[in-house]
Order: sequence, then C-alpha cells, then structure tokens
Amino acid sequence: MLLLLLVLIPFLSGIISFFFRSESVKGWALFSTLVTLAVAAVATGAVQNTSLAYKLPWIASLGANFHLYGNGMSIMLALLTAIVFPVIFIAQWNKPLPEMGRFTGLMLMAQAGLMGVFLAHDLLLFYFFWELALIPVYFLCSTWGGEKRIPVTFKFFVYTFLGSLMMLAGVIYLYLQTPTRSFDYDMIRQTGAALGAFPQQVLFCAFFIAFAIKMPIFPFHTWQPDTYEQSATPVTIVLSALMVKMGLFATVKWLVPVLPAGVAYWSDTVMILSLIGIIYASLLAMVQSDIKRLIAYSSIAHIGLMSLGIFANTEIATNGLMVQMFNHGINITGMWLIVSMIEQRYNTRNLRELGGMAGSAPSMAIALVIIAFANIALPLTNGFIGEFMLFHGIFQSENPNHILYMVIAGLGVILGAVYTLNMVQKVAYGEAKTVAVIKDISKNELLGLVIIIALIIILGVYPKPLLGLIN
Amino acid sequence: MKDLVYLVPLFPLIGFLINGLFWKSMPKKVSGVLASAAMLASFAVSLGIFFEIKGNPAAAGVVHLFDFIKSGTVNIPFAFQVDALSSLFLLIITGVGFLIHVYSTSYMHDDPGFTKYFAYLNFFVFAMLLLVLGANYVIMFIGWEGVGLASYLLIGFWYKRRDYTNASKKAFIMNRIGDLGFLVGMFLTLYHFGTASYGELFPQLAHGMPANISSGTMNAIAICFFIGAMGKSAQIPLYTWLPDAMAGPTPVSALIHAATMVTAGIYMIARSSAVYNLAPVAQNLVAIIGLATALFAATIALKQYDIKKVLAYSTVSQLGYMFLALGVGSYTGAVFHVMTHAFFKALLFLGSGSVIHAMGGEQDLRKMGGLGKYMRITQITFLLGCLAIAGIPGFSGFFSKDEILAAAYSRNPVFYYLGLAGALMTAFYMFRLYFFTFTGSFRGTHEQEHHLHESPAAMTLPLIVLAILSVVGGYIGLPEVFSEHHMLGEYLAPVVQNFDVHHLSHETEWMLMGISVTLIVIMIVMAAVMCKKPNFKENTGIAKVLENKWYVDELYDNAIVKPLKGLACLLDKYAERSGIDGIVNGVGRLVNWGSGRLRLLQNGQVGTYIFAMVVGVILLFVVGLFLAV
Repeated sequence: MLLLLLVLIPFLSGIISFFFRSESVKGWALFSTLVTLAVAAVATGAVQNTSLAYKLPWIASLGANFHLYGNGMSIMLALLTAIVFPVIFIAQWNKPLPEMGRFTGLMLMAQAGLMGVFLAHDLLLFYFFWELALIPVYFLCSTWGGEKRIPVTFKFFVYTFLGSLMMLAGVIYLYLQTPTRSFDYDMIRQTGAALGAFPQQVLFCAFFIAFAIKMPIFPFHTWQPDTYEQSATPVTIVLSALMVKMGLFATVKWLVPVLPAGVAYWSDTVMILSLIGIIYASLLAMVQSDIKRLIAYSSIAHIGLMSLGIFANTEIATNGLMVQMFNHGINITGMWLIVSMIEQRYNTRNLRELGGMAGSAPSMAIALVIIAFANIALPLTNGFIGEFMLFHGIFQSENPNHILYMVIAGLGVILGAVYTLNMVQKVAYGEAKTVAVIKDISKNELLGLVIIIALIIILGVYPKPLLGLIN
Repeated sequence: MKDLVYLVPLFPLIGFLINGLFWKSMPKKVSGVLASAAMLASFAVSLGIFFEIKGNPAAAGVVHLFDFIKSGTVNIPFAFQVDALSSLFLLIITGVGFLIHVYSTSYMHDDPGFTKYFAYLNFFVFAMLLLVLGANYVIMFIGWEGVGLASYLLIGFWYKRRDYTNASKKAFIMNRIGDLGFLVGMFLTLYHFGTASYGELFPQLAHGMPANISSGTMNAIAICFFIGAMGKSAQIPLYTWLPDAMAGPTPVSALIHAATMVTAGIYMIARSSAVYNLAPVAQNLVAIIGLATALFAATIALKQYDIKKVLAYSTVSQLGYMFLALGVGSYTGAVFHVMTHAFFKALLFLGSGSVIHAMGGEQDLRKMGGLGKYMRITQITFLLGCLAIAGIPGFSGFFSKDEILAAAYSRNPVFYYLGLAGALMTAFYMFRLYFFTFTGSFRGTHEQEHHLHESPAAMTLPLIVLAILSVVGGYIGLPEVFSEHHMLGEYLAPVVQNFDVHHLSHETEWMLMGISVTLIVIMIVMAAVMCKKPNFKENTGIAKVLENKWYVDELYDNAIVKPLKGLACLLDKYAERSGIDGIVNGVGRLVNWGSGRLRLLQNGQVGTYIFAMVVGVILLFVVGLFLAV
C-alpha cells in the first residue's frame, strides 16, 4: 500500500495541479511532495531487513500485473526522489514561472513516473513508467527554458525515443520467450538468463543503449549538456539528480541479472567506454565557460565512474554505486540551486564575467565551496563514501585490468579537482566584474541549501543509515 | 586518559564550528581567544596522554568511536590509534599550534576576515589531528585530504588576489595527485591483506614477508604510499606548491611548515615502518628522492630574495633530510627531526612574520638590513633559530641532523657526503638571510624606517618559547657518544622498528661531527663576509637559473598544463561538436526531412504527437486496471 501511495500521490496531485489557474499551486505542490516524502520515510523505515510489495492484476490477457516491489535499493531511490522534489519547490518559491499550474502538473507527473520506474516489478509496467517519466520532461523542456530550447528538446527527444524503441523491441522479444507469457520480474529473469549467448548479446544492446542514453555514458551523452543548459533549473534538477539514475538503476535491476551472458560479453566494452567518458568529460569540463555546461560534463564524469562500478560486478562496488546514486542526487541538486541563484543575480552564467562572490555574498560563497568539495568527494562529505566504495570495488574486480581501470578512473579525481576549483575561483574569488553588489541568500533559498548541506555532512560523517538500507 | 583522546580533535572542531557558524556576529576578541583556548585544551589532554604512555607503554591501544564504512566484507571503523608515535605528534601539533594561534591574535588583528581566519586555523589543526590519530589508513586519508582543504582555504585567504588563489588551487591539485598514490596504496593493502587497520595489518608483517605476498607487491604498496607523501610533504616532483603556499598569512606558513601538513608524509612512512622494512626498493627510492630534494631545494634557497621564499625552500630541503632518514631506516631520526624542525621552523616563520609586520608588508631582503637595532627580541630569537637549523652543536637541529647523517653514513657514505653538502648550503643561506635582514644598514624607504618597531608581546612571547625549545629540544635524543640513553628512541621503540641502522664506532662519529661542524662554521663566516657588502646586481648564468628555481614551474606549465588544456580544447571543438554531435544532428535532420515528407499525416509538431501518445498509454493503463478488478 505504501508503494502504491508513492506513485499515486504525485500522479493524482499532478492531475489536480493542471486545474489551478493561480500561483497558489505552489502551496499545493509543496504539500503534495511533503506528503510523498512522509510516505517515503515510512517506507524506508518499513523496508529495513525486509521488502515491500504491492500487486494487482492489470492486463490479465497479456500476463501483465501492476506489481510494485520495494527493497532497500529501490526505496533509497524513491526516498531520493521524495527529497529532491520538495527541495526544488522550496527553493523555487519566490521565482514563479509562467503557467505554474501546467508546470507543476508536469513536474508531479514526472515524479510519479520516476517512482514507478524505481518500484516496478513487472517489465511492461516498468516500460510504461519509463515513458511516463520522460514524456512530461519533453514538455517541460520545450515550454520553459532558454532560447534554443526547441531544437535542443528535439535532440533530446530523438536520443531518448530511439533508446525507448530499442528497449520496447527487447521487451517484446523477452516477453515472447517466456513460457507462460508473463512480464513478471522473476519470470523475465529466469527466461533471460536461460537464453543462448547470442540472443543475450543482442538483447543487451537493445536495453543497454536505452539505459546508456539516459545515464548518459560516452558517446551517447551529447544531448545532456545542451539540455541542462537550456532547461529551467527545476527541470535540470529532475533530469540530473533523478532521471540519470533511471538508467543506472535499470542496468542494475533489469540488465545485470536478466542477461548475464550478455553482460559478460559486453562488460569490458562498457567499462572502457565508461573510462573514456570519465577522462573525456573531465577534460571538456575544464574548458567550459558556461557553469551549467561545466556541471553537465562533471556529471557525465561522475556517472562514468558509477557505470564502471556496475560492471566491476563486485558486492562492494554495487553497494558503493547505490550510495553514490543517492549522494550524487543530493549534491548535484545543491549545485544547480547555487547556479540558479548566481544566474538570477548576475544575469549570466559565463565564468569570464563572474567573480568576487565571496565578498558580496559570503553565505552563497560558503555554500558553493561546501557543495563543490562534496562534488570532488572530499572525505567527511557524502561524496567520499560512495566514491571510496566504488574505487575499492573496481579494484577488487575480477577483470584482469582492474588496477589499471581504477587508476585511470582515479585520474578523473584529479581532473575533477582542477575544473571544480577553477569554477570556484572564477565565481567566488577575485574582484567583482559586472555586478558589484548582489543580494545574499534569501530565507527560502537558505532552507533549501541547508537541507542539502546537512545531508552532505551527516551522510559523510555517519553513512551507517544509508549503508544499512542497502545491506 | 587514553579514552579521552577524542577530546583532542574535538576542541578545535568545536572552535571551528562556533567561529564558522557565527562568523557574522562573533566579536573579534572572542573568536581569537576561543580558538586559542581550544588549542590549549587539546594540548593539555595531549600532555596527559603523552605522560600516561610514557609511564606505561602498555596503555597504548585503539579507541573505537563508531563504525564508519561497514558494508559487505568491508569494515572501516572510525577509531583512534593512541601510542607513542601518535602522542608525540599530538604534542607537536597542539603545542606549536597553540603558539601560532596566540601569535595570530596579534598578527591578524586588523584583518576584516579575523573570525574566518581562526575558524580555518582550528579546522586545519582538527584535520591534522585526525590524520595522526586515525587507526587505519582511511581515517588517515580523511585528515590527509582535510589538511589539503584547510591549506587551500588559508593559502587563498586573501581571495581577491588572483595569484594567491592560483597558489591555493595549485596546492590542492598537487596534493590530489599524491592522494591518488595514497588511494592506490590503500586499495592494494585492502586487496592483499583484507584490512586497512594498523592493528590488523602490521602484526601480519612482524615476522618477515607473509607467504602469499610477493616482494613486488610490498614494494608497490610502499611506493604508492610514498607518492602520497611526495605530494603532502613537498618532495620532487610534487614540491612546487609549497613555496607558492606562502601566499597565505605568515602564521599560516608557520602552521603548514612546522606543526601540520608537510610532516604528514613523514608520519605516514614512520607509521608504516613495518611495510617499508620489507620493501628495500621503495626504501632506496625514498632515500634517493629525499636526498635529491634536500640538495635541489637548498640550491634554490641560495639565490632567493623573498624572506619567506628562502624559508619555504629550506623546509622543502629539510623535509628531504627526513625522507633520507626514513629511506635509510632511521625512523626515529626522521621523527626527531620533525620535532626539532617544528620548533625552529615555526620560530623562523613567526620571526619573519614579525619582520614583515614591522616592514609594513615588505618581504624583499634587498630592502631590509639593520633591523636588529629596532627589534631585539625578534633578532635574537631568529638567530637562535638559524643556529639550530644550521646544526651548531648544542642546538636542537644539530642532534637530529647528526642522527640522520650518521644513519646515512652507515648505509652508504655517499649519502653522507651529499647530505653534508646540503647541510653546508643550509648554513650558508640561513645566515645570508639573517645577515641581510638584521645586520648592516637599512636599505628600505624612510617611511619604512620610521615605522620599524618591535612586535607586541602576543607575538614575541611565542617567539621566546619557540626559541627556548629550539635550543633545548635536542636533548631528548642525545646521540650515543654523549649519553647512554636515547630517550626518544626508547619512547618510540614499541611502535617503530628502525631498520638496519648500524651504530658507528665512537671515533667515526666524532670525526664526522668534527668535519661537519668545522665546515658549517666556515660557511657562516662566508655568509657574514658576503653580506658585509651586499651586491644586488642582476644575476647571470647559473645564479639566474637558481633565482628562477631551475625553471621547474615553467617546465610543468609547458609540458603538462598547456598540452592538457590544448587537448581539452581540441576535443571540445572537434570530437564533441563536429564529431559526435555532428552525427547526432545529422540523424536529427534526417528525421526532420522524413517527417517533412510525411507532413500530410501530421501537423509537424512533436509535442502534439507525444501528447496523443501519453493519453493513449494512460488510457490503456486505466482501462486495463478496471478490466482486471
């Protein structure tokens, strides 16, 4: 029942939001997301050492069930989703957008879709939620955002639609192979694992390309910097903190156990692509002058490490991946909040035109420094825990090149310090260039950032609650 | 007492939090006193722990605080190692740290960022204490990167100056390069031994090489850790951040160079003596890199004109001696030199701060001269510091340097001769610095001369205390020819096992001492003669190369930084925009073209189409649900 609520509350309140004509919808949205957060918190408490499930027959003739399932891993991501949305609405409180009703409705629909993706235990249902999460985002990207939003959204659409089509083909093929025509997770897993090596290798491509585009990993990533740059901040947060996790999570749940022979065959290729992605994206991040693009490339580098961790295929790497997915979601949300505050005050995101924030808005500069250091995984921030476990897991991997892979991925840590500190220097230090006096943090912005920073430090010093959830 | 060890890092942490969270409303007086009081309290607890362990070595042990990373087969506890080695470092860090805090209350008095400064300073000490107290390599790594962060914040403390923030960035990034080595060493340890805790790792190494471990693995672990130490302790090739780090306020330099940060690498290798004793290749590497750094940095110091730059290169050089000691297996010698160096280097940096304070911010030796008559306390204490670092008998630096050189001689006389050459250069450049600053006639402006004065008591008192320590600090480690007991060696014996250090015959030792002392005195006289008639014409030839620090920064810039940036620009322009994105946009155009042909079937708007699809899917879903119920 808890699981159903996690999907249903955002879905229904999203539909209701469409009918709001005034700005009061923001109160409604905050209320709804806080209720979802409360439910997610209860579910997190309930899932310690056990699992939750909810099952209704759905399309009986096809063997599809409305089957939701929550274990530590999926509930953790549901919790992340439940945390990020209210933070967005709090930080966005004084920055109304045109057509708030429609905007809020689409945001909440996306939340429902995300919850469904993390909880679905039936392949058709999973595919359904996958699309339900993406479609509102197309509208969000194409309606609210920068000048070039239409062509950029089109590119985003082409990418993800292509992925979805390939996945759909894979879904149908797998379904047709099941002895009793079922989409049930266990059935799909048994069927997939029993397939011959060649069909598994082909199916792997069909699923993985869809997931890889979503993450994204090199070379399926070029939609991302453009989309992040052009979208409104709340949408960028949903995309980068939550939607990228769809691809990672789906790989862990729907790919690795389902197509073991396919994974074995392709794993080295994917690991090498991930490594290229880490170095390539880090290098590109070094030469970006738009902060949003810089963070987009930094995120691609982080995701590269996570996908490397999936295919290292060790327990510690997988656990590290889980922790890192959660923490990356928290940190990048904080990063975007700061960036939107900077953009609003200076009217630019160009690093060459920024400077001197530490003098004019010290609180903002402090928040930026803390989040930046969490982004480069400084110990005692949450970023370190996941990265440590991932590196450790990659090192333990049975891949013959495991040490080399870990060291190359480790170079990303050095480059990460280079571009992140460059950004901090150009934004916060030096003399103010264009706008001399800016307003420091407002109350609602502060609340949003305090939540993020508290999570960064608490989970960095005492990660036990998070680790307990996934064990 | 041991169970109270958590208080030692807790006090500075509280100081940091109070000053850090309430920086807007904190009165100046309170923040400085609070930060200094936190240090004093830590020092008091450290003293208690030190004497407890001195009285009863069996009292040493591990204090478990909580589980840090525990997942699957990995278990990293947040635990503190309390033993002879860590308690000695606690004393150095909190004791010298306290004096630097007191000094800062006066030195930084007029700075608008006063509260922020003390918050950072407390944080720096907190991180260093974690580094030293950690009972496993992961906790050490927390402190390790923590001091990196603290130094980053303090070096770039005056954030408006672009070159200062460049220096802070450089420090952090160079340290990160070393940190990768540390990480790989740590993962190798975890991979082969299944633990990163000292208490579980070192007993496995106590009886020689474990059967399932190859000597290559052992050397690899030791070398990886050493790469970490190269970054933090400024050894070739990762030393260039340290001289730039003097961009921070002068007391910060004292903190970085004496009490915290750069001693971390020495601590790490001394702590891991069990690993290094089984890794002869790594040991040799440590000794050679240490010796090379000691000589290389000393040559640069000969020709620097910035008072703080001379001291910075002297630190790099002295750290090289400590690594030489570690490399030849004299861990006690290295730790001994860490301690005496902490006293005299803190003294020299704070003394230079006093000079800079009097000179109104001027750091150029060419504009000083004759300051002794205006600031007698600074002059005398500075002189004592110079005598200590030069290795004049009776002063602390003599005993620790002598121990290192004797150990080097017993391993390989060539190490000794080269080490001696470095020691001679040290004596020369330190006294060049001293004579240029305090003797002769004043070379600055009239305005500066008018302003010259001795610093207030809050600054001179720490100088006096440190001067006393610089003089007497050496007597805890008297060499065998003077005394039967090497107090420091006996104290550290339960933790660090010196390796293959033969005691020299007394005759040899007397002879070595005689040679070095004579030569050092000659060097000091030479410096005095040269400084009588200062000659500041432009350097040429090798002197110019030295003044420009062998052009190493330029080399790194042209060989690494610029090519990397160029590559990134190329990738951005060609691979990303024309390459991958070009293909994708091509596909997009193709789809557009196709949709143009099919215009009759649709209205051309993707949006409408998708919307129809959503509605369809939702209907399918809802209908299915109702049919099923």
